[in-house]
Amino acid sequence: MKLMKTILAGAALAVGFSGAALADDPVKVGFVYVGPVGDGGWTYYHDLGRIAVEEAYGDKVETTFVESVPEGADAERVMTQMALSGHKLIFTTSFGYMDPTINVAKKFPNVKFEHATGYKTAPNVSTYSARFYEGRAITGTIAGHMTKTNKIGYIASFPIPEVIRGINSSFLHAKRVNPDVEMKVIWAYTWFDPGKEADATSALLDQGVDVILAHTDSTAPLAKLAEAGGYGFGQAADMIQYAPAPRLSSIIDDWAPYYIARVGAVMDGSWESVSTWHGIPEGMVAIGEFSEVIPEDVRNQVQEMKDGIAAGTYHPFTGPINKQDGSAWLADGEIADDGTLAGMNFYIEGIVGDIPN
Amino acid sequence: MLRLERRIEPSRKMVSITPLLAVVLTMLAGGLLFALLGKNPVEAIRIIFWDPLFGQTAFYTRPQLLVKAAPLILIALGLSFGFRANIFNIGAEGQYIMGAIFGGGVGLAFYPSESIFIFPLMILCGALGGILWAMIPAILKTRFNTNEILVSLMLVYVAENLLAAMSLGLLRNPEGRGFPGSRNFQEWDSVFNAEIWTGTGAHYGVLTAFAAVVLCYVVLTRHLFGFHIQVSGQSARAAKFAGVSPNWLVVACLGIAGGFAGLAGVFELTGPAGQISIDFNVGYGFTAIIVAFLGRLHPVGIMLAGLLMALTYIGGELAQFQLGVPAASIQVFQGMLLFFLLAVDILVNFKIRLKTRETA
Repeated sequence: MKLMKTILAGAALAVGFSGAALADDPVKVGFVYVGPVGDGGWTYYHDLGRIAVEEAYGDKVETTFVESVPEGADAERVMTQMALSGHKLIFTTSFGYMDPTINVAKKFPNVKFEHATGYKTAPNVSTYSARFYEGRAITGTIAGHMTKTNKIGYIASFPIPEVIRGINSSFLHAKRVNPDVEMKVIWAYTWFDPGKEADATSALLDQGVDVILAHTDSTAPLAKLAEAGGYGFGQAADMIQYAPAPRLSSIIDDWAPYYIARVGAVMDGSWESVSTWHGIPEGMVAIGEFSEVIPEDVRNQVQEMKDGIAAGTYHPFTGPINKQDGSAWLADGEIADDGTLAGMNFYIEGIVGDIPN
Repeated sequence: MLRLERRIEPSRKMVSITPLLAVVLTMLAGGLLFALLGKNPVEAIRIIFWDPLFGQTAFYTRPQLLVKAAPLILIALGLSFGFRANIFNIGAEGQYIMGAIFGGGVGLAFYPSESIFIFPLMILCGALGGILWAMIPAILKTRFNTNEILVSLMLVYVAENLLAAMSLGLLRNPEGRGFPGSRNFQEWDSVFNAEIWTGTGAHYGVLTAFAAVVLCYVVLTRHLFGFHIQVSGQSARAAKFAGVSPNWLVVACLGIAGGFAGLAGVFELTGPAGQISIDFNVGYGFTAIIVAFLGRLHPVGIMLAGLLMALTYIGGELAQFQLGVPAASIQVFQGMLLFFLLAVDILVNFKIRLKTRETA
């Protein structure tokens, strides 16, 4: 308790220092990154969002960041130091920052926190995440059309709901356009490891797979495919340098609109704790341009699907869908509710293998 | 051509001031690095070395220095025994992980009991986990004469995979909505290794680290075991004549290192880290190798080196968000510290001679 008082006193002190200056002092916004800003994927796109905030508000905002911050005690210290030095809003951009964010937020009730991909909120903590499975519906459809061996591969990171949603969404849509399609899943247990990702790509190719979807962030799978043949997709980033082949399209994380809106809310005092889950309609998930090697009718079909998702007329998880064991999950025309999706821990019918645990 | 020639008697004064000299050289070269990055070098050095200790937020960063330094000091102390005897365990990172898995696993078996015996039991099991993991390279070396450097390093990757498996399976929080990671020990009152006196940052791991400094000092300078290690480091043959069993020494040194690393792991788990997760280990086991050599394998030196290393971490974070320098430049800066220490060491112990061509 005493420590908390000391910290609060210190915070008041720090605020006092900056508060004594002019009222139109820039609002300080901090970003905590799990990887280096040059990773070309997850952290890189969060940093593009940060730069977009600077461009949108100019002198009225000052953004700072610390990169490659390990999850746990180090993250908690970085957030505390940011809060102590007068930041008004802090974005913590990795799932593992969840408990540290909640801990620090308790000590600084006047600082707002935004935690990416988590589920714990507080009066001064919001969460935000993207519906990447909407993008998977599109890449899955393309994969179903483009495979000649009727075998598609999926490089999965960790067995968590977000990744399982991606696997299910991809397979469901590949199967709809190609009833003979099979999917092989490899668990890489990493978000970013070019060596492992390249090995996983080779292993899938050896099993006769010719189109690969990845839930890991490096360009290694595309580089391997460029060499060995086969198709793939950009993940987290556009990866346009591998177009028109092997890169067929991409799923891009675009955090900029959300970041600009939330910083604006802090500036005009309208910030409230929310749990945001945005997708293609709001622009948080963007789809990279369709490569010309995709037949034109397929391109038109996926464009239509994308427009449908954007307009809210099509939901990727629309029944009839059975679970892997054959039991019914969604009836004809029924749409999955967000609660089930958020905690998804089962495969849908037709996927071979078990979710590791 | 340049040639190194060993000095017969290195200057005692120089030997004692080399660490300080290395820090000063690091500040100069680091300042140059920051200047090349377009930052004010004086400000950068001030933020890294001065602000965490005496800046506006020092009331927060000073205790954090202890929190960050404690696992480094504890692991480095354990490693220093082996390093002095030329037994190179570089797998402390894996032993640190196993300490957390053993300690955490045993603790979670008793969840949610609030018995006061759980925490001490966890600490004990943490040390045991680290020792057992270190016994693998020890036994392979004494039985089959394998290289302990390779085996202990490889076991780090095995431990990392076990950690991931535990976070996703056996030890996963059943109330964690399917996400990886164990329950948070910080939310379990009788197990939470919180700071003992508020505002100091000192949790049981910090106290243990400082107690270990004293203990190691006594053992290394006043105990027969310390003498055995000293002799083995200088001459394996002489050690045999002094009655040292080389196999026993390998087991003892790896056991101490493993036990200390395991302790650091379980203290970190129940305290600052809070939970077993895939990314629980953040490199303390490897950084501790640098700390051990930076402190010249001397307990007091290791304590100071651990604190200095912690300072560069915490100051480095401040520099990142106050000046906008990249994280990589901070790592280069930390690398310079070791580089200059080794370089200065060489110059103190050796003379540089211009090699003149000898005629037959």
